[in-house]
Amino acid sequence: MHDMAKHDAAAHHAPTSFIGKHVFSLDHKVIGKQYYGLALLAALVGMGLSWLMRIHLGWTNLAIPGLHLLTKNGAPGNVMTPEFYLQLMTMHATIMVFFVLTTAPFAAFGNYFLPIQVGAEDMPFPHFNMMSFWVTFVAFLVLVSSFFVGQGPTLGGWTQYAPLSALGEVGGPGEGTGVVLWAASIGIFCIGQLLGSLNFITTTLDMRTRGMSLWRLPLSAWAWFITSCMGLTAFAVLMPACILLILDHVAGTSFFVSSNIVINDQLQPHSGGSTLLWQHLFWFFGHPEVYIAIVPGMGIVSHVLITNMRKPMLSHRVLIYSMGALAVLSYMVYGHHMFVSGMNPVSALAFSFPTLVITIPSTIVVLIWLGSLYGAKLRINTASLFGLGFISMFISGGVSGFFLAQPSTDIMLHATYFVVGHFHLVMGVAAMFGIFAGTYFWFPKMFGRMMNESLGKAHFWLSFVGAYAVFMPFHYLGMAGNVRRYQAFTPDYMQRLIPLHQFITVAALVTGAAQLIFLYNLIHSRFRGEPASDNPWQATSLEWSTPTTPPPHNNFGDKLPEVFHDPYQYGVEGAAGDYVMQTSPEKITTGHDEA
Amino acid sequence: MATTVHEPPKIEERRDPSPPAGNSGNGGWRNLVPADGKLPAVKDYSPPPASTGIWVVLASIAMSFAAFTSALIVRQGSALDWRHLTLPRILYLNTLVLFASSVALEVARRRVGSFMGGRKNQVASPSRWLYIALFLGLLFVAGQYVAWAQLRSQGLFLATNPNSSFFYVLTAIHALHVLGGLGGLVRVIHRLNLSILRKSTLDATAYYWHFMDALWVYLLLLLWMKL
Repeated sequence: MHDMAKHDAAAHHAPTSFIGKHVFSLDHKVIGKQYYGLALLAALVGMGLSWLMRIHLGWTNLAIPGLHLLTKNGAPGNVMTPEFYLQLMTMHATIMVFFVLTTAPFAAFGNYFLPIQVGAEDMPFPHFNMMSFWVTFVAFLVLVSSFFVGQGPTLGGWTQYAPLSALGEVGGPGEGTGVVLWAASIGIFCIGQLLGSLNFITTTLDMRTRGMSLWRLPLSAWAWFITSCMGLTAFAVLMPACILLILDHVAGTSFFVSSNIVINDQLQPHSGGSTLLWQHLFWFFGHPEVYIAIVPGMGIVSHVLITNMRKPMLSHRVLIYSMGALAVLSYMVYGHHMFVSGMNPVSALAFSFPTLVITIPSTIVVLIWLGSLYGAKLRINTASLFGLGFISMFISGGVSGFFLAQPSTDIMLHATYFVVGHFHLVMGVAAMFGIFAGTYFWFPKMFGRMMNESLGKAHFWLSFVGAYAVFMPFHYLGMAGNVRRYQAFTPDYMQRLIPLHQFITVAALVTGAAQLIFLYNLIHSRFRGEPASDNPWQATSLEWSTPTTPPPHNNFGDKLPEVFHDPYQYGVEGAAGDYVMQTSPEKITTGHDEA
Repeated sequence: MATTVHEPPKIEERRDPSPPAGNSGNGGWRNLVPADGKLPAVKDYSPPPASTGIWVVLASIAMSFAAFTSALIVRQGSALDWRHLTLPRILYLNTLVLFASSVALEVARRRVGSFMGGRKNQVASPSRWLYIALFLGLLFVAGQYVAWAQLRSQGLFLATNPNSSFFYVLTAIHALHVLGGLGGLVRVIHRLNLSILRKSTLDATAYYWHFMDALWVYLLLLLWMKL
């Protein structure tokens, strides 16, 4: 142990004012909680939008009271127009992908726990860190503001395919100002993510405490590190794409709009742009984004499950290598989103092959989880249940990926509900389960109180069954030819599918309502929960060895911790308990190698 | 499975976070550059996060410009409206100005470096060279503005044709990054005057600035070849 020096770049005095403490805070823990709050707000908005869509899909002509408040012209008589349906869908997807799935598992938990898990006082660039949150918050406001400006938000989907997205208001309601606000919001979001990635990478590489070698980092820290490397390169590509898209709108350039587009008998004033260029730039970001959403969940769930299994994973290193392989391969597969874009079949094959290869590290990760779980005396609590749920969703959603990875089957399934079911399970629900696992696991450390286990388990079972009830039938719908992004099912063959849509709608409403249990549990436990001890799960990593719970402003008080062991020393023979903390100086005899 | 007995770890010197070598990997007070040149010379300091961080920043900027480059190449091939564009000559002069700015910054950095390394007792006016670098940097941005004005006077605007679109976009984004670097230089000068400049901050700023040079040469070649 040693004293902290006084001139640490990361060291800043504990703020005393309310604004310095809770609003413009430099403390990574406060910033992490701010990110979590933003993600929670965004998730509620995104879920509300999905409810509106689902009700409309089940009962197309049903008036939804108050719907007109969200739109000027999109809900005459409170019945959704097709355009408004698409606007809701676009906003649902954008909010969920960027402001929930990217924000919560990576930015929120990563901010809070990465510096503590490496044994640092804070991130090295606290001002950038603060800026990254507030920039993200502004991005969210800009996006949501599009509901109240002009013709409402964009209807082009979260992928914003050109030329529709670049044409302006003539392309449909929201395709003018709505798209500009969307692209501005996402561009701003990219800045926040790049600043975050800068802090995450330098924290991992440079801020580790004495004895904390890279291999001694917990799996969650590894996952955040790998994710930040992906974010650094992916968001750096999305931002130029957004700039070019905005210029097509406001400066009259033709990056993405081709010649001879006639709308309403009017020749559009663009020429020569490449519509596919947008798809290339977008998906070069878009596919790594899928892994940016899921890899932190893998790390969190591994961390949670190991603690509850009371034994390390079959192979710590192979799991890390696999997550790294996912990150690298995620850049080579993006073309599989574009199989029907008219690409050369050879290119399709070239993208199909790495897409199938990427299933190998995914499968290795799953097999390590299952193999480690085999024979383990798993402690069943809400966090570990959500960990198991994550694995289940990841497998179920991943299996349908095989069919989409191959051009021959993808051409039939493309743009159907099969794809919607696939990505909702594998990156949507799975990532959400990762967030829930992290929340139930780390809540005691973040707020010093335990969450209610009975409510938590009710939340898990309703969410688990509910998510399958919602998203499994999507695969059937897709195979039956149900095209996605349709707001009503008028063709004969689709009308027969409406009862199934109604079932899904009911399931979605119930599953969504079950999240209110979580919300209640979160708020109630925050103030009335049982006080938590410093280490309620008998875990080993550094976040459980802080002098107080929640940790003090500089995380470890007067002394930075010193690390002596691998992160997961459970089931240790001869140890005082069945585990040895990373900070414990005792020599140990283990049945497994240490890094 | 092997059964092993583990000793407490050996600490690499570089990663040792304990004083007096430094803490949390940032090099501590030994990393500070004094304006009056009175700190005792030190031979080593542990690499602070800015030294890693700058490479992270440069990687992401490089990635952005790679995206712009691929956009340019795809757009060039997507239609027959690609026209030849003669680059304003002042760009070549601007290139020299930017180079000179880098040299000035490097002189300042080396002077501070030899002082920090204990080879000199005093730092001879590093801020003068920093001001020169700052001035030349501003001159570069002004020169870029003149180039845009020349193109405008030829009737070439942002939306005139794809070539001019890319010219304005690439040069403007590069100029924005240069302005960001100038902000960094101002900060460096300010901190030097207050004796709270870290060597790593100066190094990071210099690397960024030299990277702007390299990026500009790359862009100039790209524009010269493609436009």
